[in-house]
Amino acid sequence: MMNLTLKIWRQANATTKGKMVTYPIENVSPDMSFLEMMDVLNEQLINKGIDPVAFDHDCREGICGMCSMYINGEAHGPDRFVTTCQLHMRKFKDGETITIEPFRANAFPVVKDLAVDRSAFDRIQHAGGFVSVNTSGNTQDANNIPIDKHDADKAFDAATCIGCGACVASCKNASAMLFVSAKVSQYALLPQGKVEATDRVLNMVKQMDDEGFGNCTNTGACEVECPKGISLENIARMNREYLFATVKG
Amino acid sequence: MSGIIKSSLARKYAMAISGLFLVVFLMQHFIINLTSVFSKDVFNEISHFMGNNPLVQFVLQPVLIFGVIFHFIMGIVLDLKNRSARDQNYAQNNGSANSSWMSRNMIWSGITILSFLVLHFIDFWFPEMNYKYIESLPVDPDRYFDEMVHKFEDIIRVGAYVVSFFFLMLHLLHGFSSSFQSVGLNNKYTKSFKTFTFAFSIVIPIGFIFIALFHHLTA
Repeated sequence: MMNLTLKIWRQANATTKGKMVTYPIENVSPDMSFLEMMDVLNEQLINKGIDPVAFDHDCREGICGMCSMYINGEAHGPDRFVTTCQLHMRKFKDGETITIEPFRANAFPVVKDLAVDRSAFDRIQHAGGFVSVNTSGNTQDANNIPIDKHDADKAFDAATCIGCGACVASCKNASAMLFVSAKVSQYALLPQGKVEATDRVLNMVKQMDDEGFGNCTNTGACEVECPKGISLENIARMNREYLFATVKG
Repeated sequence: MSGIIKSSLARKYAMAISGLFLVVFLMQHFIINLTSVFSKDVFNEISHFMGNNPLVQFVLQPVLIFGVIFHFIMGIVLDLKNRSARDQNYAQNNGSANSSWMSRNMIWSGITILSFLVLHFIDFWFPEMNYKYIESLPVDPDRYFDEMVHKFEDIIRVGAYVVSFFFLMLHLLHGFSSSFQSVGLNNKYTKSFKTFTFAFSIVIPIGFIFIALFHHLTA
């Protein structure tokens, strides 16, 4: 069992100022997930009459993209290719002080404590992250369309992005380019998506800029911290797509 | 087309292309400087050509100055914009866990290089403009080598060169390979590109440092 000190960002709501608050926690099992540890802390806080720490979570199996904590200076903590819910307490040492903050970016305003509003990502998706299905009743079986295996694999890899926002949180510029490029790539590589590729990349990049995300300076932090290992190759593809789309009009 | 002017991706392209242009200039400057180590006459001849050829003087030089100013202004504008995308900084941020120091501090290595360029202009460019166009002194094809060696006699100036080129190395180590990514080149050749840009980023600044030290020690 481990005894830890947690330094957690507490902020009552979007309009009030927040601050770091220190909470000791005892008897933490190394086999707990990070969110289970947070549950234990919240039970203790409730028993003491203190407002529990608000944090986002849903599936707790690394696929929904809801959990979003910046732990000891890294999005989703020190482990690689995992979300916060998949991070285990065995990654920390007994007696350690753990700093927990929300994903920070002006485009991700804090709702409460560690929960942030990531609806900017939804609006970017709405701007073009889809394939219109105008079939007129003549839908062709997708399996009848031959697709190069390499393209299919790359499209699938891009599609594994869960939109958690770790890329934005990790980027020193709070840039969303890894997320947007994954969504652009996932469709641009497939014949069904190519039809709307021009409008898609132009509209999604415009929405990304309108939301107030920063510019990409290729530090590569997003790729390292991404729980799904989305590659920087996607950003290069988006850069190409955008250039060609602009020339094409 | 109007959207591209204001877009974040246009700023990426602009930084990358102006940076690549400056890398090409850096290489030709290095080659010319390197001749000074081997032959005073060759260095004088090339310098005289560069200083008096109308194409170089009135077309390439203004383009170069524009490229330098554009890259610096764009870099500073980008940095300010990027800082404004996160008003509340992290209490603890472990940047070294996921990115290189060079990539996170391009603005500081860039400002160091900008400071060096001011010194470089005071040392060479302004006196050259004064010699040719203000005082209109007589053409002397043999003056360049001696003028340069005279500058490198000062140990403080040589020290400033060494520090500046070290920061240029740090700037290139991220910026050169990064510019290919920015214009959309990330494919099976990327590894080879990165090896080339890494070697270039080390060899060229060290070469410039070597030339400055060579003339200081042999003056």
